[in-house]
Amino acid sequence: MVTKGTAAKKAAPRKTAAKAAPRKAAAASARSKAKSEASSGQPGKVGPVRRTFAPWNDPAAKPFILYENITKRFGDFVAVDDLTLGIYEREFFSLLGPSGCGKTTLLRMLAGFETPTEGRILLDGQDISTVPPYRRPVNMMFQSYALFPHMSVADNIAFGLKQDKMPKGEIADRVDEMLKLVKLEPFKTRKPHQLSGGQRQRVALARSIAKRPKVLLLDEPLGALDKKLREQTQFELTDLQQQLGLTFLIVTHDQEEAMTVSDRIAVMNQGNIIQVSTPAEMYEYPNSRYVADFIGDINLIEGTIASVSRGKVTVETADAGKLVVNQDLKADKGQKAWIAIRPEKVRIALKKPAARTDNVMSGEVWDIGYLGDVSTYHVKLPAGSTVKALQTNATRLIERPITWEDQAWLSFSPDGAVVLLS
Amino acid sequence: MNRGPSWFNITSMVMGFAFLYLPILILIIFSFNESRLVTVWAGFSTKWYGELFRNEGLMDAAWVTARVAFVSASIATVLGTLAAITLVRFGRFHGRTLFSGMVYAPLVMPEVITGLSLLLLFVAVNFDRGFWTVVIAHITFSMCFVAVVVQSRLVSFDASVEEAAMDLGCPPGKTFFVITLPIILPAVISGWMLAFTLSLDDLVIASFTTGPGATTLPMKIYSQVRLGVTPEINAVCTILIALVTIGVVTASIVTKRQEIERKRAEAAAVRADEPQQV
Repeated sequence: MVTKGTAAKKAAPRKTAAKAAPRKAAAASARSKAKSEASSGQPGKVGPVRRTFAPWNDPAAKPFILYENITKRFGDFVAVDDLTLGIYEREFFSLLGPSGCGKTTLLRMLAGFETPTEGRILLDGQDISTVPPYRRPVNMMFQSYALFPHMSVADNIAFGLKQDKMPKGEIADRVDEMLKLVKLEPFKTRKPHQLSGGQRQRVALARSIAKRPKVLLLDEPLGALDKKLREQTQFELTDLQQQLGLTFLIVTHDQEEAMTVSDRIAVMNQGNIIQVSTPAEMYEYPNSRYVADFIGDINLIEGTIASVSRGKVTVETADAGKLVVNQDLKADKGQKAWIAIRPEKVRIALKKPAARTDNVMSGEVWDIGYLGDVSTYHVKLPAGSTVKALQTNATRLIERPITWEDQAWLSFSPDGAVVLLS
Repeated sequence: MNRGPSWFNITSMVMGFAFLYLPILILIIFSFNESRLVTVWAGFSTKWYGELFRNEGLMDAAWVTARVAFVSASIATVLGTLAAITLVRFGRFHGRTLFSGMVYAPLVMPEVITGLSLLLLFVAVNFDRGFWTVVIAHITFSMCFVAVVVQSRLVSFDASVEEAAMDLGCPPGKTFFVITLPIILPAVISGWMLAFTLSLDDLVIASFTTGPGATTLPMKIYSQVRLGVTPEINAVCTILIALVTIGVVTASIVTKRQEIERKRAEAAAVRADEPQQV
């Protein structure tokens, strides 16, 4: 078991999280899809559909949590900058961004530990900006778990219920129910320091949902767990959220985690929200280079707009001449633009693809990253930039494998790429 | 490779310990001396301990000292803990630097100055000097030690534990008593013990601020020694040393045992978790 663990850890750094994410997310969604019959894929939508739950597309739906023109300053530092965001009931919403982007501040403002400098926060239509944390119907799971070290597991879980003056018998029942939910019944009388990291995490989770809060806030909930335990817990979290019908707001810097668990993701940078959308939309249609680069792995080819027509954009690039993308885009001729294409959507071959006339590039194989299940080929184009292509290693033996210094042909479909203007 | 400690190491260690503990050892030995003369050995006896308990002056002084130490340590612990919480938990308020400087100033203030200034104050406000003036003086100088001990514990204590309590519906005041205080209690207790021993030990400040009927043990010993050391003094010192030693040894055994217990529990937790990670 120990050797297994170390082997997994050794392999992990080679497989960048960026590449693992989309496949992981797809698997997660497929699993959920199998479970709920209601979710049949909607035509014209990207990515697998987790469930037919999309109140954000319904203009009549009212957000359950509403951040209204929120600004938060710490001295001269602007942590959150005039931000407006609506989160719907029963939604699993992720705030994703690098450290210092304001995501934790946003969470702490909802919990009541920080007061907005400007703007207000509405919960179920009520302004809660001035309500102290101990009177808010939201509970938080802390990054450090923040378990009470001098109390047993059962007392930790019962703490919030005791504050509500719940009758003793009911408290005992609820604690048992929670222990069962997180599978910690045998550890009821243990103290937090007698538990492992994974067990502590589950106690923290049980404690934060014991009061049945309207909203559960999770601050980097899985950050302290090792990779395997983290993956397992991600699925447990989504199951739990559906089972309890709670609204979850999670803060993370791990895009893989965000993609696996969320209904919608907000990518943040420097106190602003850059894009809010479902994981699949975020991955397939990023709205900027920042998001494209932050979520997963992507090739960005710089160029200028050559022509724009209905549903079709042509971009003139130094690396590969004219490239075509099927996209409705408002842009001017000559404007600077980037073609963003995911490595798994780039095909690589030794012969020039006969079927394609557009979007074909040729270059020298510069590097190959063999990850077992897939290989990444880094191909250097004549003008100097490198394009990555991802290929599944579907068979064990290949007659003529692509190798270093081969001249290879890259191609992609006009449907597979996006043109970004910023 | 390692062939044990070298001769140099052993010698320096023996000399170091001798320097520290030989005087105390001699004091203890001579407290069991038969002779009235402190420096001449005349055989083993415990008679000076009996004499000691019949010496009303010394016993009174001991009782005063114990009361002063208990009262001043208790009040200093409350105030010192409050000061530490203010410094750690309330962030950057206006005048924080000034406040922390003033809290810690008595740490480095010469005792003579503290004592003299307190004396002048008591005279100025016409406060009758006695038991309470000594208590107030001891609170003043031992509070900062408590603040230091409690502050160092608070700094290493995850503030989100308090936030979690409030998040679960516990108002801030209650949070302090049910969460913060139990967690920092060991530091508060050691702060109290520190304040207690400092008060027990103090001669200079007590001499300045005391009045009739409130002679502490160090003052009594000092005044008697000026007339010549008697074996009774040796006996009382030996008792003090014994008390302190018992206290320190007990505290360290308790700490050690807790640590062993915790390590064992952690190991058990890891073992319990293993099958789930397969």
